[in-house]
Order: sequence, then structure tokens, then C-alpha cells
Amino acid sequence: MDGPDVGWYLIVAAILFGIGALGVMLRRSPLIVLLSLEIMLNAGNLTFVAFARQQGNLDGQIFALAVMAVAAAEVAIGLGLIVAMARRRVPLDVDQASALRG
Amino acid sequence: MGNVLVWVVWFVAAGACLGTGVAVVTMTNPFFSALALIGNLASLAVLFLLLSAEFLAAAQVLVYAGAVMVMFLFVIAYLGGRADAPWAGGHRLVRGAAVVAAAALLVEIVVVLGLAWGDNLTDPADVSASFGDPAEIGQAFLTDHLLAFEITSIVLLVAAVGGVVLGTTPEKDEEAA
Repeated sequence: MDGPDVGWYLIVAAILFGIGALGVMLRRSPLIVLLSLEIMLNAGNLTFVAFARQQGNLDGQIFALAVMAVAAAEVAIGLGLIVAMARRRVPLDVDQASALRG
Repeated sequence: MGNVLVWVVWFVAAGACLGTGVAVVTMTNPFFSALALIGNLASLAVLFLLLSAEFLAAAQVLVYAGAVMVMFLFVIAYLGGRADAPWAGGHRLVRGAAVVAAAALLVEIVVVLGLAWGDNLTDPADVSASFGDPAEIGQAFLTDHLLAFEITSIVLLVAAVGGVVLGTTPEKDEEAA
């Protein structure tokens, strides 16, 4: 295989996952939390594709496509929730959306 | 020579990937965060190409950087894209704990990778030139993974219906507003 070993791709995916996790935990705007979630999903996708290449097995790429579809569904629902929040004058701040706190 | 070129492309793509990832998390304006995520997805598509996942790279650009992010930008424009400082709000301890938790997650992943690296990660399989092209992906989807394919379509249908249900305001809410 030309270029870097699969391990280098996995390192990039790990760092990307860490960045996304930091964004999800740190940011309070639900929009940016959703964007950070996309980064985490894509880090997982990169791992799937890297291992698919390493094993010479197409199943990893199939799974990555399924993850892509699930991510699209998640964005549709997440954005619908955010728009519904904005319509009901709920402040767009995940720290203040605590009505269901136990 | 070709090998050096692949390394250069890899470094540029990986660097762009991580840089735009940091930008998504640190940008104050959600609009710029979304634009940075488009760059992130595009550079990931380059990495997919280097891993001989041609169809996936094309789908990444078309579906993700295209359709999904346009939806995102529409909603951000609709909501007015108000600024949100990355380090504002929350207790200082909570913010510190978030950084520590993210760092711990990263260290865990890297340690697991390091443990596995010595075994067989350095010996990638030989793949044919058609590995990851649309024909092979379609073949796999419609034979071995037919159930996953059908379930994916149902998930998308349910999400579309859910998006419509969430997006329509009930009439009594409109009176109250």
C-alpha cells in the first residue's frame, strides 16, 4: 500500500473523535453540539474504512455507508428538535433545557 | 516518487481534517462552525480516496458536505446564527472536567491502538483495483447486506416523517405565541 500505514489513519480518527467529544461536552449551543457529533461519527467512519482497507474486506465500507445514512437521519431529527425549541421560545442552550432533570 | 506524493497528500488532508475539526469546536459563530465542518468532511473524503474507498468518498461529498450541510446552514440562517462563546457559561470545574474527559477518551483510544499496532496493523491486505468502486459496493449491498440496506431505507423514512412532525406547529401553540 502506497503512503502511510493504516495505523496513521487510526491515529487521525482517534484525535478527531477526541475533538468531537470535547465539542459535545463543552459547547452549549445545540447546533454546535450537533456539528461536533458529526465529527465523532465521521471519526468512526474513518476507522471503519481504514480497517476495511487493512483487512481487504468491503464490509467496513458498507457499515460506513449505513453510518452515513443514520447520521443524515439524526441531523433531520436534531434540526427538527432545534427548530421546535426555537419556535416555543425555549432558549437555545443545552444547559437550560433541563425540564426532564430527574 | 508516487509514494512521496501520497504522503504529501495524506499530510495535507490529515492536517486540514484536524485543523477544521478544532475550528468547528472553537468557532464562536455557528455559521463558521458549519463551514469548517464542510472542510472537515471534504478532507475526510480525500483520506477515503487514499484508502481506496472511491464510492464512499463521492457519497461523502455529495450526501454529507452537500445535502446534510446545506440543511444545517438553512437552519442556522433561519435561527439567526447567534454567537456562542466556546468557553462561556457553565462552572469552571465543569469545563475542566469536559477537557479532562475528552483527553482521557483520546488517551484510551491511542493506548488500545498502540497495543494492537504491533500485531498486524502494518501489513495491509492486497486489494484489487476495483475495491470500493460503486459496482462492488452495490453488489455487496444487494446480496450480503440486503437486510441492512432495507433497514436503512426504513430509518430514513421514519426520520423524514419525524422531521415533518417536529417541524409543524400545533395550532394551539400558534395562538399562544
